[in-house]
Amino acid sequence: MKSNIIRVLFFCLLAHFAAGQVKKSSKGTFALTNATLETITKGRQTGNLIIRDGKIESLGPGVAVPSGATIIDCQGLTIYPGLIDGGTQLGLVEVSSISLTDDTDELGELTPHMEAITAFNTSATAVAVTRVDGISTALVVPQGGLFPGTASLVNLVGYTPDQIYAGFRGVVLNFPGSGRRGFWDRRSDEDLKKEEEKALRQLNEVWTEAQYYVQVTDAAAKNAALRVAANPEMARLAEVIRGTMPLLIETNRAADIEAAIRWAQDKKIPKVILTGVAEGWRVADKIAKAGYPVITGPVIALPTRGSDAYDKAYANAGLMAKAGVKVAIRSNDSENVRNLPFHAGFAAAYGMGKEEALRAVTITPAEIMGVADKLGSLEAGKTASLMITTGDPFEPKTQIRYLFIDGWIVPLDSRQIQLYEEFLNRSPGLKK
Amino acid sequence: MFKIFWASSLGVLLLPGLLSAQVTRGSLLIRNGTVLTVTRGNLENADILVENGKITAIGKGLTAPSGVKTLDASGKYVMPGIIDAHSHIGIDVVNEASRPSTADVWVGDALDPLDLSVYRALAGGVTASHAMHGSANAVGGECETIKHRYGTLNPEDMRMEGAPRTIKFALGENPMRVHGEGNRIVPATRMGVEQIFRKGFDEAKAYMAEWEAFEKEKGKNPAAIRPVYNRRHEVMGEVLRGNIIIHCHSYRSDEILMLLAVCKDYGVKRLVFQHTNEGFKVAPELAAAGAMASVFADWWAYKFEVYYSTAYNAAILAKNGVVTSINSDSEEYIRHLYHEAAKTQRYGNLSDEEALAMITINPARQLGIEQRVGSLEVGKDADIAIFDGHPLSVYAIPQYTLVDGVIRFNRATDAADQRLQASATRAETSFTLLKEQHHFDRCLEGAFDQTLAFFGISRE
Repeated sequence: MKSNIIRVLFFCLLAHFAAGQVKKSSKGTFALTNATLETITKGRQTGNLIIRDGKIESLGPGVAVPSGATIIDCQGLTIYPGLIDGGTQLGLVEVSSISLTDDTDELGELTPHMEAITAFNTSATAVAVTRVDGISTALVVPQGGLFPGTASLVNLVGYTPDQIYAGFRGVVLNFPGSGRRGFWDRRSDEDLKKEEEKALRQLNEVWTEAQYYVQVTDAAAKNAALRVAANPEMARLAEVIRGTMPLLIETNRAADIEAAIRWAQDKKIPKVILTGVAEGWRVADKIAKAGYPVITGPVIALPTRGSDAYDKAYANAGLMAKAGVKVAIRSNDSENVRNLPFHAGFAAAYGMGKEEALRAVTITPAEIMGVADKLGSLEAGKTASLMITTGDPFEPKTQIRYLFIDGWIVPLDSRQIQLYEEFLNRSPGLKK
Repeated sequence: MFKIFWASSLGVLLLPGLLSAQVTRGSLLIRNGTVLTVTRGNLENADILVENGKITAIGKGLTAPSGVKTLDASGKYVMPGIIDAHSHIGIDVVNEASRPSTADVWVGDALDPLDLSVYRALAGGVTASHAMHGSANAVGGECETIKHRYGTLNPEDMRMEGAPRTIKFALGENPMRVHGEGNRIVPATRMGVEQIFRKGFDEAKAYMAEWEAFEKEKGKNPAAIRPVYNRRHEVMGEVLRGNIIIHCHSYRSDEILMLLAVCKDYGVKRLVFQHTNEGFKVAPELAAAGAMASVFADWWAYKFEVYYSTAYNAAILAKNGVVTSINSDSEEYIRHLYHEAAKTQRYGNLSDEEALAMITINPARQLGIEQRVGSLEVGKDADIAIFDGHPLSVYAIPQYTLVDGVIRFNRATDAADQRLQASATRAETSFTLLKEQHHFDRCLEGAFDQTLAFFGISRE
């Protein structure tokens, strides 16, 4: 009886939203009842899932509905954890052809202290467009130069850096590569090699300087008489050397991946994550042996070489996983991060399998980024970042009915949905 | 005398082309598949008989005539070959970015049968595409509807014989940027773009009147002066006569309405808008004019004129009665148009049939080839895609693709390397970072070669 009243109240609330009021995220105690629960880490269950204080309080068969909880009847629906995109430029770009709306790339080769989260526009139109497709969390990665900056993991709800920060940061290294940059890049092979060697020399010089910086600052910590000049670039790289900050090494061509592994091992970098890794399938055994985790993508992409089978980019994630590499999937997109589930779906179809592909956009990126205690699966005590769907989120036909991010129930609204509502049956129509 | 001269020179021009086109046509019995006809519903456990490149029977329990092989499609989904109404594959060049109107140039002069992208499109079930000019110019030039007969080395074999002529128009930022900003000539605004079309049509009308007068005059007066031939005016004249379908690159609703008005003024009826990102805003006007729309599933925000886009565009257009297709404009996206079409189900709840029509019969209508392809019907070309699952599922993988009854893609047996001509310089040593691939307008490819050359970068 009581729960019915609450249900009625809830639908009144929804009707209130639908009547054109400003739609806001809100928090509370929720009981998601009679749901299929895709927990990721503990198999598929059926039952209730209780959200209180922004956390999953309990879940499973026979879990009681607490009094006062807002009930969402999930009969026939499935709950999945929110998806995590392991690499995007979301929030850094509004309109990519207009350079002043693009904050991805600071000037200079050596800018590891540039913070992506500083430039993340929480009100970027693409943020809501992304989250309504079930992507709750995204790694935001700066671009360009040798050390473009520091990436941050963010939850896609909230208005300040503190509100969105999801507990992981990493320094980005674009590992020197021998590849061409695009269809217009016609440098000779010889020039490419020279530039690659020069870039590697430059990287090693920077790293030697960072190692000195670590020694000097260590010494200064023990000797008050020693003063170290401000050097934000080296201070950030020192965190990588000390192991307090992971290094995200972006590398794609097979030879470059191998070179990057050798370099990271030689420098004894404590925490390494390989990103991109488009030709990882060619050297999958070597990546597995090194033990470095991989964030790869986009999956829906062309093969890297003309002689490669047409589906190699689709198959890459699965081939690496089969070789024993820990693989997460990214969209590497800015405005269409919403396609992350489809990237995972293609990876699943072309050899990775549904289960592993689902892990690659939930628990695996959470583990790689050290936030698996909070995100990536449906478990008691974890943050309530989840979606209630009509089925498999990788299938285009599936609809998302409710969305929670970081404990907040988020309205399923975006400018693209608003345009749909305004223009499906335009008024005035053909005649005014 | 003149007549004989013209007839013989025309013959000399045309004969080599006619003789050298050698389209291979196949026969095959496809057995026991789930047949998605698109226009006539679905058939379970049905067979399709293909003879000499055409579908000759669809039904249950068909038998293969002697000498005709059988392809077992048990548990598989058989659909019409996918058609892309907007692509730039199979051609050497995209833009003749030298004047605001280059109606006189033709993509058909630059077909490239070696383009690996054609094979990769086949691997996505795509059997025909509209090889288009770019959007650097307000009037880009004539395009070519090609069939994906990958394997031939003869450009003539790529043409879809009998397909209507089409022409590329372009509105908005691209012609404004290339000519207004780049060359400091009209158009620098959407006002200027409009006048390129009006002037082009006015000139064509004057040119046609001149020829008409000459034709009348020459019977009476043997000394009548023949007007100077002008291919640009000839082509625009054929647009006015309804013999060439306009395919217009467009984004904003105001520019779409502008071209509708121009076409109305000049009596042009065959009009397809390409991209049409803001088509959803003027769907009633498009439907009323009988204009069609070919759109992206979800591209937006890569430039300002696509900022106010919605992935529900295709659904809104379709629900308002506009014949709508989903296109690729990309050698990558063309490989999964079935998946792009499926996005109309997430964004707008279209039915399976409506979604599949977006990549089959609707693009066929837009190219004027719907009597030949775009659905599985007796009498149509045997352009067929066979999937291991429902093509709108993200897990579906194309297994076979047939063009004119010939299996041009076979997932089980095809070798990995499908290049017809290995390139020592490009394929193996060049590794392209693919991230940017969908963040620039493929329509503009080649338009900035001069700019790139200025910075010491050249494209061969």
